Amino acid sequence: MGVATRTPILQLAGISKRFGAVQALADVDFEVYAEEVVGLVGDNGAGKSTLVKTIAGINVADQGTYSFQGKAVHVHGPNDVTKLGVSTVYQDLALCDNLDVVNNLYLGREDSGGLPVLKEEPMEKRARDVLRGLSVKIPHVRTPVAELSGGQRQSVAVARSVMWDAKVVLLDEPTAALGVAQTRQVLDLILRLRERGLGVVVISHNMADVFEVCDRIVVMRLGRRVATFDVKAASREEVVGAITGAEFGKLRASDAPAEDLA
Amino acid sequence: MRRLREGDVGSLPVIVGLILIWAVFWFLNPNFLTPRNLTNLATQTAATGTISVGIVLVLLLGEIDLSVGQVSGLCAGIMAVLNVKHGVPAWLAIASAVAAGGAIGLVQGFWFSRLRIPSFVVTLAGLLAWQGALLLVLGSTGTLNLTDNTVDALAGTYLPDWAGWAVGVIVILAFAGSGLLTRRRRRAADLDVGPIGAWLAGLIVLVILVAAALLVLNGYLGVPLALLILLGFAAGFDFLVRRTRFGRYIMAVGGSPEAARRAGISVNGIRVAVFALAGVMAACGGVLAASRLLAVNQSSGGSDLLLNVIAAAVIGGTSLFGGRGSVWSAVTGALVIISISNGMDLLGLPASIKFVITGAVLLAAVTIDGVARHGRQASGKA
Repeated sequence: MGVATRTPILQLAGISKRFGAVQALADVDFEVYAEEVVGLVGDNGAGKSTLVKTIAGINVADQGTYSFQGKAVHVHGPNDVTKLGVSTVYQDLALCDNLDVVNNLYLGREDSGGLPVLKEEPMEKRARDVLRGLSVKIPHVRTPVAELSGGQRQSVAVARSVMWDAKVVLLDEPTAALGVAQTRQVLDLILRLRERGLGVVVISHNMADVFEVCDRIVVMRLGRRVATFDVKAASREEVVGAITGAEFGKLRASDAPAEDLA
Repeated sequence: MRRLREGDVGSLPVIVGLILIWAVFWFLNPNFLTPRNLTNLATQTAATGTISVGIVLVLLLGEIDLSVGQVSGLCAGIMAVLNVKHGVPAWLAIASAVAAGGAIGLVQGFWFSRLRIPSFVVTLAGLLAWQGALLLVLGSTGTLNLTDNTVDALAGTYLPDWAGWAVGVIVILAFAGSGLLTRRRRRAADLDVGPIGAWLAGLIVLVILVAAALLVLNGYLGVPLALLILLGFAAGFDFLVRRTRFGRYIMAVGGSPEAARRAGISVNGIRVAVFALAGVMAACGGVLAASRLLAVNQSSGGSDLLLNVIAAAVIGGTSLFGGRGSVWSAVTGALVIISISNGMDLLGLPASIKFVITGAVLLAAVTIDGVARHGRQASGKA
C-alpha cells in the first residue's frame, strides 16, 4: 500500500495508561495518514475510548510519544491537541440543542471582530457555505439543533470539527443509533472528509460501516493493539476474530500485533 | 419569519393572557382600566420587572436564585442607611447599594460554581442570611423614611406629555432603523431576508402599542420614569443576551454546560458573572421599590416578592430548565403578575385569596413550561 514509506500525519508510539489497578492501554502504537480513514474497533473495554481520549488530549499517557506531522509534540490537555488541528466528535456530539446551527458551528469561536457584539451575517454566510461544501442538508442554518434529525446533528457536529482547519478528525461511534438513510448521510460525509485530505479515525461497532468507509482497521483488545488490517485484503470474519480473541491460524495483519512487540 | 415564530409569537400566549386578565378585572371593576390605575400598575411593575430581568438571566443559565428578594431589601436598606443616617449623597448611596448587590451575587455565584453546591441551596441560605443582614443594617430604627429628592424622584417622576411622545418616536425609529439595517446587511451578505410584510406588521403592532400606552399614561401624570428604567434595562439586557458573545455563552451554558465547556467557554466564569448581574438587578429593583414606598423597613424585599419575580420570568415564557427564554419575558410576566395582584386589590380581596390565586398562576405557568419540555423530549427535541 506504500503507507509505510509516508509519514503519518498523527502518530502515537508506545502509549501506556493505567487507571489504578487497571492497565487501560499497554504499549500501544497508533498512526493516521492524511487522506485516510482508519477504523478503530474492539470489544467494550478494549481500550478504544481511552486511546481516543489520549489522542484528544483528555487523558495524558503515562508513557509513550505523540507526534504530529513527523514532529514530536508535548500534549498537556485538549487545547494543545485542538491547536494542532486534531478534533474529536464524541458520541454525545457536544451540541447545544437550544442554539441554532450557526451558533453551534461557531460556539466558542464567535466572530465579533474584537468587539463584544457578534457579527451574525458573516457567521451565517460561512456556516451555510461550509455545510453546502460538505453537502450537509439541513432545513436552514438558523434551525435550532433540537429540531434536526440524528444524522443532521451528527453532520453538524462533524462540520464544526472540520471547519476550523482540522487535519485529523476522530469520530466516536458516528453511526450509532442512526437509521439507514441517516447512516448513509454520515458515511458520505466521512468519505468527503477523506477527499479533502483529512485523516479520519472512526470508532465503530458496526462492521458494515467500517468496511464501507475505512482504508485500514486497527483492532484493540484488552488494552493492546492486536491487529491491523488492510480493508481490501481482510474479511469480516478475520476482523471479528481479532476483536474477540478467537484467532484462527495466523492473522493476515499488515503489521505485527502489539503483543509480539511487548 | 422564523424569528417571528420563535420570538414574537413565543410571547403571544402571555400577551393574550394579559388581555384576558385585563378584560376580566375591567368587567369586575371598571376602575381597573383607568389611566390612573394603569399608571399605578406601571410603577408597581417596575421594581418586580427589574429584579425579574436578573432572574431571567439566571434561569437562562438553568439555575435559580432564591435570594433576590432579600438582596433587593438589603441593598435598599444599605442605600437608605447611607443616605438618611450618614448623609451620603443619593447617587453614591445608590451606587453603593448596587455594588453591594453585585458583591453578594459574586459570593453566591462563586459558592455555587466553584464549590459545586446546588444554586438553590446556596441562595436559599442567602435568603435567610441577607434578611438577617437587613435587620442588622437597619438596626433599632426598624423603618427608615426616604426624604432625599433624588431617590424619591426615581419612582415619583413622570415625563411631560411631549417628552413621552419624543421617547415613543425614538423607540419606534430605533426599532425600524435597526430592522432595516439588519435586512440590508443580510441582503449584502447574500442571506435570505424575511418577508417585508411580516416585518412591517411587527412595526405597526409596535406603533399601536406605543401610541396606546402613551395615550393612557399621558391621560394621568405622564410616562413614569420607573417604567422607562425597566424598559431600558430590558432592552439593554435583551441586546446583551441575543447579540453579544457573553449572552451567547449564557445560552450555551444553559443549553448544555458540557458542550459549552468543551467549546472552551469558561462555564464557571459565566455562572459567577450571571449571579453577580442578578444581584445588581436585585439591588436596582430594591432601590426602585424603596423609592416608590418612600421607605425601607424590616419587611422590605420579603413577603411574596421573590415568588412574584420568579413567576414573572416563567409566565413570560422563560424556561426553568435553562437555555430557553427572553429577557422581555421579565416585563410581560411582571405585568401579568402585577395586574393580577393590582386587580385583586381593587376588588378588595383578602390576602388569603390573593396568595392562593397567585400560587395557582405560578403553578400553571410552571406546568406549561414542564409539559412543553416533556413534549420536546418526547419528540426528540430536548
